[in-house]
Amino acid sequence: MSNAQELYPRDEALAPRERRVFTFYLVTALVVFVLMMSLGLVLRLAQGDWLTLSPAVFYQVMTAHGAGMVGTVALAACAVMWFFLRKYVPLSTTIFAANYALFVLGAALILGSIFLGRYGGAWTFLYPLPVHSMGLWSRNAAVVFMLGYLSIGVGFLLFYLDAMRAVIGRYGNLGRALGLQWLFSGTIDPEHPKTVVAGTMVIIVNSIGTLVGAVALVMSIVNAYYPSAVLDALVAKNLIYMFGHTFINATIYMAVIAVYELLPRYSGRPYPISRPFLWAWAASTVFVLTVYPHHLLMDYVMPHWALVVGQILSYASGLPVFTVTAYGALTNVYRSGMRWSLPAKLLLLSMYGWAAGIVPAIVDATIRVNRVMHNTMWVPGHFHFYLLLGVLPMVLALMFHVVERGKRPAQRSASERLGFPAYWIGGLAFVTAFLAGGYASEPRRFAAHLPAWLPYDRWGSIAALLVIAAMLVFTTRIVGGLLRTPADAAVADPGR
Amino acid sequence: MSAQNWIGAITLVGLAAVSLGFVYVLSQAGRTADPARLSKASKTVRRWWFWALIVLGIGVAWGTLKPFPIPPQWSPLQAAQTVDVVGQQWAWSLSTTHLAAGTPVEFRVTSSDVNHSFAIYDPQGHIVIQTQAMPGYTNKLLYTFREPGTYTVRCLEYCGVAHHVMQTRFEVAAAATGGRP
Repeated sequence: MSNAQELYPRDEALAPRERRVFTFYLVTALVVFVLMMSLGLVLRLAQGDWLTLSPAVFYQVMTAHGAGMVGTVALAACAVMWFFLRKYVPLSTTIFAANYALFVLGAALILGSIFLGRYGGAWTFLYPLPVHSMGLWSRNAAVVFMLGYLSIGVGFLLFYLDAMRAVIGRYGNLGRALGLQWLFSGTIDPEHPKTVVAGTMVIIVNSIGTLVGAVALVMSIVNAYYPSAVLDALVAKNLIYMFGHTFINATIYMAVIAVYELLPRYSGRPYPISRPFLWAWAASTVFVLTVYPHHLLMDYVMPHWALVVGQILSYASGLPVFTVTAYGALTNVYRSGMRWSLPAKLLLLSMYGWAAGIVPAIVDATIRVNRVMHNTMWVPGHFHFYLLLGVLPMVLALMFHVVERGKRPAQRSASERLGFPAYWIGGLAFVTAFLAGGYASEPRRFAAHLPAWLPYDRWGSIAALLVIAAMLVFTTRIVGGLLRTPADAAVADPGR
Repeated sequence: MSAQNWIGAITLVGLAAVSLGFVYVLSQAGRTADPARLSKASKTVRRWWFWALIVLGIGVAWGTLKPFPIPPQWSPLQAAQTVDVVGQQWAWSLSTTHLAAGTPVEFRVTSSDVNHSFAIYDPQGHIVIQTQAMPGYTNKLLYTFREPGTYTVRCLEYCGVAHHVMQTRFEVAAAATGGRP
C-alpha cells in the first residue's frame, strides 16, 4: 500500500505499454479540449455579434462542442480512474487501449456526421429531432452521429466491465468494494482504498447509464429507418436524460479520485477513510441514478411524484459534496503546512469549482425556479462551473503531477505563474457571464441574440480567450513533459 | 421583486458562503496545528453543518413545493381563459392572442413535430413561466398575468436551424377594461 506522504509511490509507476496508452489518452484529451474550447469561443463570439456565422453552421459547431466536450472529459476522467485504480486491482491495459480506439472511431463518426453530413441536432439527440431536420441534414447523417455515440459507449462499457471483473475478483462483490458492510457498524479497514469505493460507484452507475443510453440510441436508429416504429417522446426523453445525466456526472466521480489520492501527498496529512465517506458514496450511487427527473421539471405531464423526487434528491445530492468531499478536502488542507505546487493548487480549485458550481445547480433544481431558468444561460453557467473549474482541474492536477516529477519545489513554471491565474480568473469570469445571462432570461442554444444580451456574450468571449490561452500554456507543458519522460519500466509490473 | 431577483440574490449568498469558506481555509493552509485536535473539531463542525443543511433543505423543499407549483394535468382546470397552443418547426399557433390580466389563463401546450419549449417573456424581457411542448402530450400551464402589455413567446428547447426565430406575441389587457375576445 502506498504511503500517503510519498509523492511518487512505486506502485504507480507505468510500464512502457501502459505509459504509451496513458499518454495517448492525455495528449488526445488536451488537444481536443483546446479545439473544443475554441469552438465554444466561436459560439460565444457569434452570439455576441463579433463573428458572422450562418445558423446552420452555428448549430453544427454547437453540436460538435457539446458532444466533443462530454466525450473528452469522460475520456480524461477515465484515464484518472485507470491510473489510480490499477494500483489496487489488476486492470487490463488492452481493454483500456480498446476503449481509446473505440473513442477515436466514435469521434471520427461524430465529426464526419457534423462537418460532412451537416448534422446539427445537438449532443442530446433528443427524439425525434435527429430525424426531423427539415432538410438540413440527412437521415444517414443522424444515424452516423448516433453510431458514433454507440462506439464510444461500447468502449466505456468494456472498460467498466473489466474494472468490475477486477474489483469483484479482489473484493468478492461490488457491495464490499463500496464498503457497505461498514455503513452501520464494524471497524472500517483503514487500508480500504477510497479509489476503490469511488471507482466501484462509477462502475455501477455508468454501466447502467451507458446501457440506458444504448437503448435510446438503438430505438432512435430503428425509428430512423422504420418511421412506423414510433417512440413515445416522453419515454425517449427520460431515457436520454437518465443517460446524459449519469454519464456527465460519472466524469466528476472518476476525476475526483485524483483529489483523494494526491491531496494528502501535497498537504502531508493523512486523508483516512471514514463512515461518513462510505455513506456519501453509497448515497451518491443511488442519487446519481435517480435524480435525473430534475431535467424534466418542465414536462408537466411527468408523474408529479417524480418531479418532487427530482427536486428533493437534487438537494440531497449536495450533502455528500458539501459535508464529505469538499469539506474533507478543506479539513485536509487546513493548517497542514501545505506545499503549494501547481497540482495542489489545481486540486483545491477543483474542489471550489465543484462546491460552488453546485449552488446554482441546486437552485435551478427547484421547480419554482426552473419555471423561469430552465434552458436559459443559467444552465450552461452551472455545468461549466463544475466542469471547467471542477473536473478539468482534477484531470490537469494529475497530468501536472505526472510531468512535474523531479522538478525542484522552488521552480515555478510558466504554467504556474501565468497559466494558473489566467485559468481560474478567466474560468470564473466565463461562468459568471453565463449565470448573469440566465438571470437576464437569455436563452441557451440561440444562434442570434437580442442587443440586450450582447454584453454577457462579449464578456463571456473575452473570458473564454483567457481560458484558452491558459490551456495552451498547460497543453504545451504537459505534452512536452509526457513525451520527454521515459517509461519507468524498472519498477513497474510488466505482467499487467 | 421578480423571481429572477430572488434567485440571483440567493445564488449570490450561496456562492459567497462557499467562496469565503475556501478563502478562509486557504489563508490558514500554510500554518500547522495538531492533527488530533483538528480532527476532533472538524467532526463536531461537520455534524452541525450536516444537520444545518438537512434543516435548510427540508424547509426550502416544503416552502417551494406546497402548494405544488404545477397544476393538475389529468383533471379540468376550469380557468376563465383558455389558449390552445401548438408548436411546430418553427412557429407557434395560438388559438387566441388577446387575454386579460387578473384572471387565470390555462395554456394547453403541445407540438406537432419535435420537442419545443413554450416560454412566456413579459414586456420587460423576463421569463415569467414556461413548459415543454411535446409531440403526443399536452402540458397544461396555468398563469395569471398581473400586468397588461405585449408578451413574447420564445421556444427554449432546441428544435433545429430556425429555433432562435421561433417566436410569437400576444396581448394582455388590463383587468379593469377586460380583454377577452
